[in-house]
Amino acid sequence: MSNETENTVITEVLACIDGSRYSSAVCDYAAWFSLSMSAPLALLHNLEHSENAASSDLSGTIGLDSRENLLEELTLIEAQRNKLLIEQGKLMLDAAKARVIAAGIAAPTLKQRHDGLTESLIAMENDIRLLVLGVRGEEHAQDEHHLGSHLEASIRALHRPILVVNCDFKEPKKIMLAYDGSEASGKALELLVNSQRFTHLPVHLVTVGESPSTTSALQDAATSKLQNAGHTVTAVTLEGEPSKTLRSYQDEHDIDLTLMGAFSHTRLREWVLGSMTVKMLLSSSRPLLLLR
Amino acid sequence: MLLSSTRRDWLGNVRGDSLAGIVVALALIPEAIAFSIIAGVDPKVGLYASFCIAVLTSILGGRPGMISAATGAMALLMVTLVKDHGLQYLLAATMLTGVLQIIAGYMKLGELMRFVSRSVVTGFVNALAILIFLAQLPELTDVSWHTYAVTAAGLGIIYLFPLINKTLPSPLLAILALTAASTYLGLDIRTVGDLGALPDTLPIFLWPDVPLTLETLKIVFPYSAGLAVVGLLESLMTATIVDDLTDTPSDKSRECKAQGIANIGAGLLGGMAGCAMIGQSVINIKSGGRGRLSTLVAGTVLLLMVVFFEEQVSMIPMGVLVSVMIMVSIGTFNWASIRDLKKYPLSSNLVMLTTVTVVVWTHNLAYGVLAGVLLAALFFANRVGHFMYVASKYDETQDKRSYQVVGQVFFASAEKMLGAFDFKEAVSTVVIDLNRAHFWDITAVSALDKAVIKFRREGAEIEVRGLNEASETIIDRFGVHDKPEEIDKVLGEH
Repeated sequence: MSNETENTVITEVLACIDGSRYSSAVCDYAAWFSLSMSAPLALLHNLEHSENAASSDLSGTIGLDSRENLLEELTLIEAQRNKLLIEQGKLMLDAAKARVIAAGIAAPTLKQRHDGLTESLIAMENDIRLLVLGVRGEEHAQDEHHLGSHLEASIRALHRPILVVNCDFKEPKKIMLAYDGSEASGKALELLVNSQRFTHLPVHLVTVGESPSTTSALQDAATSKLQNAGHTVTAVTLEGEPSKTLRSYQDEHDIDLTLMGAFSHTRLREWVLGSMTVKMLLSSSRPLLLLR
Repeated sequence: MLLSSTRRDWLGNVRGDSLAGIVVALALIPEAIAFSIIAGVDPKVGLYASFCIAVLTSILGGRPGMISAATGAMALLMVTLVKDHGLQYLLAATMLTGVLQIIAGYMKLGELMRFVSRSVVTGFVNALAILIFLAQLPELTDVSWHTYAVTAAGLGIIYLFPLINKTLPSPLLAILALTAASTYLGLDIRTVGDLGALPDTLPIFLWPDVPLTLETLKIVFPYSAGLAVVGLLESLMTATIVDDLTDTPSDKSRECKAQGIANIGAGLLGGMAGCAMIGQSVINIKSGGRGRLSTLVAGTVLLLMVVFFEEQVSMIPMGVLVSVMIMVSIGTFNWASIRDLKKYPLSSNLVMLTTVTVVVWTHNLAYGVLAGVLLAALFFANRVGHFMYVASKYDETQDKRSYQVVGQVFFASAEKMLGAFDFKEAVSTVVIDLNRAHFWDITAVSALDKAVIKFRREGAEIEVRGLNEASETIIDRFGVHDKPEEIDKVLGEH
């Protein structure tokens, strides 16, 4: 999204599809971003290999050629399982492709990969300009109080903008930038400043902090940067517990998209106080665009 | 990094891991006892070691689902140390083994495994199986027919019961049934209790009671070095086997460090050195174990069983343990390698058989692997040496003899290149064209020097073409030539 990456390799908006209920919204958001950023769109379906063992021979014996036989048996079972999964994934990808084509994308690319989602994404990181994925995958579809098993690991591992989708698609009209002066939220600011295509969207620059003197200085600098880039800015300083405050601001002002830095504190602090990013991911009702 | 693990590693397969862990624990008990006997120490030394190594590698290891504990390969290396110096020196050696393995892990010595060819691995595995089998023979010599009967019955139950029911570990069934039978009949046969102390408490931390002197180090170091090498070899081979079976990758350097820490822990808890076990790891995978939890369950259940059922464990007849160990050795042996003897080239077979022979001869797997790797390297050098010929052409008008050297010139083929030059032929000009040759070492260069001097002595004008390009391959560090186009430049038709 920054001019720098635009000039080098062709990078794409990557949407991760699985069978979960967020998949169609993921397609829609990815299509919208792909069009507004004029970046190609790729759809990824990842084949998770189940940790659950296929065989269950508890006899505890090994005899002639048991290693070879076991390998043969496991290969056979997993081959069948994976063939089915690939088949299923192809259907999902085709449905997703039809959906994004309807949304106006000319030629989305389809990708299927084995391995854990996080590992796949790390392998593809260089091609990603924006990653779009649902807050929860198939496995945890019912679980409102947890994040998807790969989400946090992926966010931590990747250094690309990540859009986390947690609701049905609604075209973004108002953007909130949660700005605390940290390096990651600075990147979020840069992203808005550098992208010409979002200038028609009003930006709410929100800082949650305790000492007004430092926050106002931060806000002033950020506001002028955004205004110079052509944005309409509403700057606000709020007090309170960050994730709750941001959440209620989001509701009050009908914010469609929140930009924020992710996991910028040390692991130790997060362990003691809880991660602000995780809290936001759990509580937010609208999509979050995270930057590392 | 040593502690990093995902939720999936632990909780991805709870049911399968727990069941498999229990099955493995039951198979580990007889093995740990049997290997303690091989090493000449009380069964509790092996049992404490198995507990500690299994638990620590489950947390720290680089290969989830692999089972590490006290092993036969390691036990065989300790025999003389225990006999000459006693248990305390064994504990010190165990800890030093751990330290050496950690160093190896940080130096990434696991990467050296790429020099261990497939034939050597097969030889290692077969030799291990043979050693485990041979170690059972003392239990079967000079004993009453009762012991033979118990062993045969044990093998019968172990291999026949799974045909009826696959939900109960048949080795456990064999142990329970035959222990009950022999106690009921009052058979006069050796039992586990006759062999030494079993654990009666949870293990406690104890620093080995040895003087911290150079003298101790001199005694202990040779054993530790051997133990460290063998432990890492078996662990890395087992990790590869588990990688293949589960189709998942592993972190070999981390596994080396984990083995080291586990051995230090074992030494402190009064246990002997151990490593990964091929047979048990296969049993674990076969029983449905995949994650770290399986190894943790195996270690914990093992210790709890032994501590709480100490009395019953001591009544197990040795004959049953022998049958379990025979099963392990049959399962460990690579039977396909015997069928493949006809199919594979003689050199591969020789490497495999040499590895087996040296191991069985020396009772040290490290020597076998060393012999196998050296032999394989020699065979390889010899084979590549054949990829060299010298074409020769005589131009009558100019009285000029041209030699064109094609292929790989190094220590194994330099002599052959020299032999191809006809020094006795009287010509006015000799051209040696090296444009299609690759010089791999100093031997090749000095052979060429020798040829040039000889031709000059015979009075010929000599011209060498393409030497610089041909000798570009004489580099010790590959770093410069790690790009495909660089390799093409060096190895292509320059």
